[in-house]
Amino acid sequence: MNEPPTADRLLGPEPPELGCDECFEFLDRYVDAELGHEFALCPACVSPAGCARERHCLGMRAHLHGCPACAEEHASLRALAQGRLG
Amino acid sequence: MLSGDAADTVRSVEPARATTAAAPLDPDSRAWVRGLSLPSGQRDMDVARLHAFLLRAARFELGRRRAALRDVPAAELDDMAVQAADDALLAVMRKLPTFRGDSRFTTWAAKFAILEASVKARRRAWQHREVTLEPEAWTRLAPAVAAADPDEAERLRAIAAAIREVLSPHQREILVAIALNDVPIDVLADRLQTTRGAIYKTLHDARRNLRAHLAREVEP
Repeated sequence: MNEPPTADRLLGPEPPELGCDECFEFLDRYVDAELGHEFALCPACVSPAGCARERHCLGMRAHLHGCPACAEEHASLRALAQGRLG
Repeated sequence: MLSGDAADTVRSVEPARATTAAAPLDPDSRAWVRGLSLPSGQRDMDVARLHAFLLRAARFELGRRRAALRDVPAAELDDMAVQAADDALLAVMRKLPTFRGDSRFTTWAAKFAILEASVKARRRAWQHREVTLEPEAWTRLAPAVAAADPDEAERLRAIAAAIREVLSPHQREILVAIALNDVPIDVLADRLQTTRGAIYKTLHDARRNLRAHLAREVEP
């Protein structure tokens, strides 16, 4: 994973973001939505319409930009789900 | 949960306007839930199958972190994977009644194994490393300023000034540890005897204060 510039790491994401707890709660739904599986909209979306269009939850995406640990876990779960392990 | 205090998170988005009705389960997820919901004694094979799945997920996660764990013996790594799968199994079985089918069951279950394995891996990688909390370490931004292009250097100088002027010593400690020294957030939470959510809240507030200060600085 490319490391963001120092200034970006210090300032973090600008949009409203979830916390680590909510990120974990919605991570599976977010990953499956990214992979194109049709499931219910995330109830924590900033904009359900935007989420449906972009397949991203805006608050999730902001948090994943700002939290290295959650970003690592997101990348792992996505890779795992993509490989259809199981 | 990652944090013991849900009110202490940084969630700043409007909650649930979208549907909260449970989605119909896909056939594979339905089979998992049905098997794991049987009375104890009748579900043993399904529980064993789930444990095997979680163990593969934990090994997958530890495998992705091989570089950071290169000094850890193979037997210890495998023990970490088994512990992560054990802990994830407990979490999945405890949370099973809350699974609503918003994702595939395997994606939902795997996130617990990923979390357990990644937390164990980060703690192990930092086990013998000192976490020094230095609120004044932000002054070490100087090399980054020197190496940056003129625009980025100007931005970093403004950030350094904002750090000095608007952040508390505790906010500086957290910001420096995570954003400059790459201390993992759960390792930092352990050392400070707090939660990942509380640490991230401090980081979030510090960043928000910095951005607000910088925005005021550029206002005419």
